[in-house]
Amino acid sequence: MSSLFFLFLVVMIITSAVMVVISSQLIHSAVALLFTLFGVAGLYVFLYADFMAATQVIIYVGGILVLIIFGVMLTNKINTPSTVSSSANQIIGFLASSFLLLLQFAVIFKTDWPEQVFDESWGTGSTAKIGNLLLQDYLLAFEVISILLLAALIGSAFLSRRSS
Amino acid sequence: MNDIQSYLVVASILFSLGVFAVITKRNAIAILMGIELILNAANINFIAFNRFGGMDRLDGHVFAIFVIVLAAAEAAVALAIIINLFKSIGTVDVDQANELRG
Repeated sequence: MSSLFFLFLVVMIITSAVMVVISSQLIHSAVALLFTLFGVAGLYVFLYADFMAATQVIIYVGGILVLIIFGVMLTNKINTPSTVSSSANQIIGFLASSFLLLLQFAVIFKTDWPEQVFDESWGTGSTAKIGNLLLQDYLLAFEVISILLLAALIGSAFLSRRSS
Repeated sequence: MNDIQSYLVVASILFSLGVFAVITKRNAIAILMGIELILNAANINFIAFNRFGGMDRLDGHVFAIFVIVLAAAEAAVALAIIINLFKSIGTVDVDQANELRG
């Protein structure tokens, strides 16, 4: 049952990611990206990463995707009926990305991965462990990235202000 | 679903689709969506290796959180730049943004 659900998630992620890439309407791409991000959150649940799944839904689906849709709306002229995202370099892009895909497949299937260890402590939730790591081992990185986020938000508000 | 290969295959397909979007799309926001796909693929890899790598700590999750924060900052700044670009040249086609002077 759960493997069936896993298969469903994988098919949903891949088909919606293909829709993101091949759709010519920008707003359709944004809606397809919604399903991709939800599917990735489902994969996190399968990987016992409950906190990461919640974070993915809140930040990506609730924040970044809304930001992208605002960007689509704000950069679209009223008199043009739809935002068409045309493509270029189709052949080069296909060759480069399929080369990268084959390279990764070769690495993935040729590597002798270690046997999976089933650890009992994996089932106990990850939020407390992540909190301890963030405030002990990664405290400096946590503070630095919070300042980076603040600087980026102030900078983007400054960049997009209405010039007087 | 209980082996690392299936997650890595999904992540590599997402990564390649993101690279394809970044190379072929001309609309700046579509390129931004491709970058989001690439970052999601990296996050899947981080968490899958943390799960199957035989570790008892959750360092991969912390790294994935940092990646998400960087993605949020990058999306905010990129959209500010794209809106400025639209205000100055009237389009978001990256092929037509060919001068640095504002």
